[in-house]
Amino acid sequence: MNISKRNYLLSAVWVVIGIFLMAGCATEHRFVKKTAFKETHQIVIEFAGPVDEAWAKNASNYTVYEKPDPDIKLKIQGVALSADRKTVTLTFTDALNQSQPHVLTANHIASEGKTLGTAILSVKKVYLGYLFSILIGAMIINNFVFTKYLGLCVFFGTSQKKSTAVGMGITFTIVIVVSAMMSWFLYQFVLRPYRLDFLQIVVFIGLVSLSVQAVDTILRKVNPLLFKAFGVYLVLVIANCIIIAVPLILADNEYNAFESLMLALGAGLGFLIALFLMSSVRERLELARVPPTYRGLPIAFVVAGLFALAFLGFSGMSIF
Amino acid sequence: MPATTKTNFELVSNGILNENPIFRLALSMCPAVGISTTVMNGIMLGIAVLFVQVFSSCTIAAIKNYIHPRIRIPTYTLTIATWVTVIDLVLAAYMPAAYKEMGIFVKLIVAFAIITMRLETFACKNSVPASFWDGIGMGFGFMFGMVALGFVRELLGMGTILGYDVLGFRPLLFFVLPAAGFFCVGIMMAMFNYMEIVYNRKRRAR
Repeated sequence: MNISKRNYLLSAVWVVIGIFLMAGCATEHRFVKKTAFKETHQIVIEFAGPVDEAWAKNASNYTVYEKPDPDIKLKIQGVALSADRKTVTLTFTDALNQSQPHVLTANHIASEGKTLGTAILSVKKVYLGYLFSILIGAMIINNFVFTKYLGLCVFFGTSQKKSTAVGMGITFTIVIVVSAMMSWFLYQFVLRPYRLDFLQIVVFIGLVSLSVQAVDTILRKVNPLLFKAFGVYLVLVIANCIIIAVPLILADNEYNAFESLMLALGAGLGFLIALFLMSSVRERLELARVPPTYRGLPIAFVVAGLFALAFLGFSGMSIF
Repeated sequence: MPATTKTNFELVSNGILNENPIFRLALSMCPAVGISTTVMNGIMLGIAVLFVQVFSSCTIAAIKNYIHPRIRIPTYTLTIATWVTVIDLVLAAYMPAAYKEMGIFVKLIVAFAIITMRLETFACKNSVPASFWDGIGMGFGFMFGMVALGFVRELLGMGTILGYDVLGFRPLLFFVLPAAGFFCVGIMMAMFNYMEIVYNRKRRAR
């Protein structure tokens, strides 16, 4: 049991480190190295090579809007080009709302007489911080159990003992990460291009059952010891509505791969936290003198209500 | 379990009282806590669940002889998912306001344990008409639970019923808070338990 716990922790740490390393070098156009906010009014674009001055200084070549409102184009006051002609600084008339991702379109980039096509870039505040805020948001601020009220059947069913709660939480976290990534991939590359959005419920529920089955088979072969400890919870995972809610949320919000991973991880860890807190209380409730009408589920609901009130205190909190 | 011998009326009342999905079976709790803030929400989601339950029960009852026992659970899941897609698209097209209010919960009907459970324990062993009436009972049982919760929360929280101002003031604003859903369900379950205890005591005394 001890060894298996450590294995899980180690692999989780490696996954997180890997994501942070990879997230640093994500851009959407081959000629653009970096986009970032600067101070309150500016956006900086760094190109891989020198761009033509006439193109770069023409403000009509750029359009910028906040991701949720594509109709409201932001007004550009001026454009500045650095001496080596690689860095363009856009200055806006109004201060930018940096907590929202912005979409920047650079039309027909001209460099040394060649046109390099149109680049559609997204500008985000410190990317790692943004990812981290998604993780913490899904884990604590918008905890799926206590502030979104999902997955309650399994939550009340498996929170009677601490060992059960932790086992369920860890199994759930792994399965939700696997299935959310798979459904994100399928949604972005199959359902959306072929306009099959309306099939999302059928496809996602199928995928979830598939990934539960896959984790079951792989774990049984690779690590029988682990399977013995966590196999029982795998069947329960599929009865949890969080696992189908996360792919639907991902599809609605059009998150990219890293953001999806962070949301899935946050949902899983949040469920683990909720289960652990609840099981600690319920172990004590066993010894308490509860009125007979409240014994069992009713008192568990009241306790969960108290937790939900406590988690209400996190609402509206923002980290970065 | 052999095919049921109950009459249609017994099937329906069984779903509403003896095996009420929310208060007795304690299944599908998420919507009961999450969106039972108003009576209207309860009615809308109740209708959606009723529709999905009845149609999937009938579908499974009609094709039960062709399903290999090994793949029955995936078959149930896909059947439910298909009907949920239908109701999801219909609601989005014809009642956009109510659909927006219910948010993701319409799509999550697919994960409600109650529907799969009824298919597994009832529809796959009984005829189409019996499954139809069982589905009606379960659907109305769910709707009854949601409306009861919504009634209490809307009356105490906002002082209104179905949007009409009944009390003229707001007794306990706390009940509008989503967290109050937990308290409401807990207290109502305790009330059901209490009634059962009293009922049993009376029967024993007789």
